[in-house]
Amino acid sequence: MANLTLPKNSRVTTGKTFKAPPGAKRVKAFKVYRWNPDDGGNPHTDTYEIDLDACGPMVLDALIKIKNEIDSTLTFRRSCREGICGSCAMNIDGTNTLACLKPIEEVKEAVAINPLPHMPVVKDLVPDLNQAYAQYRSIEPWLQAETPAPPDGERRQSPEERAEIDGLWECILCFCCSTSCPSYWWNGDRYLGPAVLMAAYRWIADSRDENTGKRLDALQDPFKLYRCHTIMNCTQTCPKGLNPAKAIGKIKQMMVEREG
Amino acid sequence: MTLTVASSKHVQHFVLKGDLVVVQDVREALMQGRNSDGKMVRRPLSPHLQVYRPQISSALSIFHRFTGIALSAGALLLALWLAAAATSPGAFAIAQAVLDSIFGKLVLFGFTLALFYHFSNGIRHLLWDAGYGFELPVMHRTGYAVLAATIGLSVIFWGLFLVIG
Repeated sequence: MANLTLPKNSRVTTGKTFKAPPGAKRVKAFKVYRWNPDDGGNPHTDTYEIDLDACGPMVLDALIKIKNEIDSTLTFRRSCREGICGSCAMNIDGTNTLACLKPIEEVKEAVAINPLPHMPVVKDLVPDLNQAYAQYRSIEPWLQAETPAPPDGERRQSPEERAEIDGLWECILCFCCSTSCPSYWWNGDRYLGPAVLMAAYRWIADSRDENTGKRLDALQDPFKLYRCHTIMNCTQTCPKGLNPAKAIGKIKQMMVEREG
Repeated sequence: MTLTVASSKHVQHFVLKGDLVVVQDVREALMQGRNSDGKMVRRPLSPHLQVYRPQISSALSIFHRFTGIALSAGALLLALWLAAAATSPGAFAIAQAVLDSIFGKLVLFGFTLALFYHFSNGIRHLLWDAGYGFELPVMHRTGYAVLAATIGLSVIFWGLFLVIG
C-alpha cells in the first residue's frame, strides 16, 4: 500500500558536522544518512566536509576517504569501484546510481547521500536486499531446456539471436531501478520490480531457453508484472544505461500476442 | 492476544483473523533486525519520496493519474449541468450562471487542460504499449510534446470557444 510518509522510527534528524581541515581550499559537504542498530534512535544525517584537492573524483572516493580518515563507523557496500559489481548502489543527490560512477563535480551543492529508497536499513547506507534477491530467485534465472546440448560443443545462436539479449545481460543487479520505482515502493511485496522483470525477459528472449511459455505463465499476474505503469523512472536512473521499461514492455506485448 | 514483535507500536502491520496472525506485507519480516547484543530492533525504512528528486518520468506519470481523477470529477460536473437542464428552466439558469462566472470558467479551463493532458499522454501510453518510444531521448521528447500539446490544444479550444461561442 502506498504510504507517502515515513514511519515515526524512520524520520531523519540532523546529526553531527565534521568540519574540513584548516587550510582546505576546495571544500565540499557530504550529507550522509546514518543509522546504527546499537544506538536505539532515529536515523540522522551527518555532514562531512571534504577537501576535494585531497580526494578522488567520484562520490565513492569521498565515502572511502570519510571512512579511512574521518569516521570509521560509516558503513556502506563497495567492491570493484568501476561499475561492474553493483555494490555501491545508493541514492546520491536525489537519484539512484552507483557511487563509483558518480563524479562529485556533477553535484552543485552539498552531496546528499541516502540508502536505496524505501528499503529496510541494515546500517547506514546498507539496505536489506533479501526481498529483491528472493524475487530474482523466483523467476528462475538460469537456462532451461529439455533438448540436451550437442555432445561436441555448446548451444549455438545466430548473431541475430544473440543480439536479442544485448542490453539485458549487462544488468549487474544493483537494484537502482527497482528502488527508483514508485510502484515497487508501494507494492514491492508482490510486484517484481524492473530489475527482476528485465532479468526474466533476458531468459524469455534467449533463443536457447525452451521454457518461454512457462516463464510467461509465471508472470501472468495482476501484481508481479502489471503493477508496472510505465512511469519510466527505472530507465531514467539505470547507471549502466540499460532499459528495464522497454524489457517490461516487451513482456507485456508477448502476453498479448500469445492470446492470439 | 498479544503480539511479540520488536515494538508493540508497530502492530498495525499485522491483522488478526481468528487465532491467526496474518502479515499483510511480506517485507515486514525484513523490518526486524538485531543489534550487536542480539536484541531485536526495528529497522527504519529508507527515505523515498522525501529524497527522490522529481524526474520528468515520474512527474508526467503522476500528472496522468491526477488529471484522470480531475476528469472523473469534471464528468460529474457535466452530469450535474445536464441534470439541471432536465429539471427546470430555473435550475438550468442557475447552472449556466455558475459555469459562466469567472470561477466557473476557471474550473472549465482546468477541466480542458486535464482533458487534453490525459488525452495526449494517453496516446503516449498507447505507443509504449505498442512497443515504441522507450529510448530515453525519445521518452523525454514525447514528454515535452505532451506538455506542449496540452497547452496548444487548450488555447485553440478556448480561442474557438470565445470566438464562436
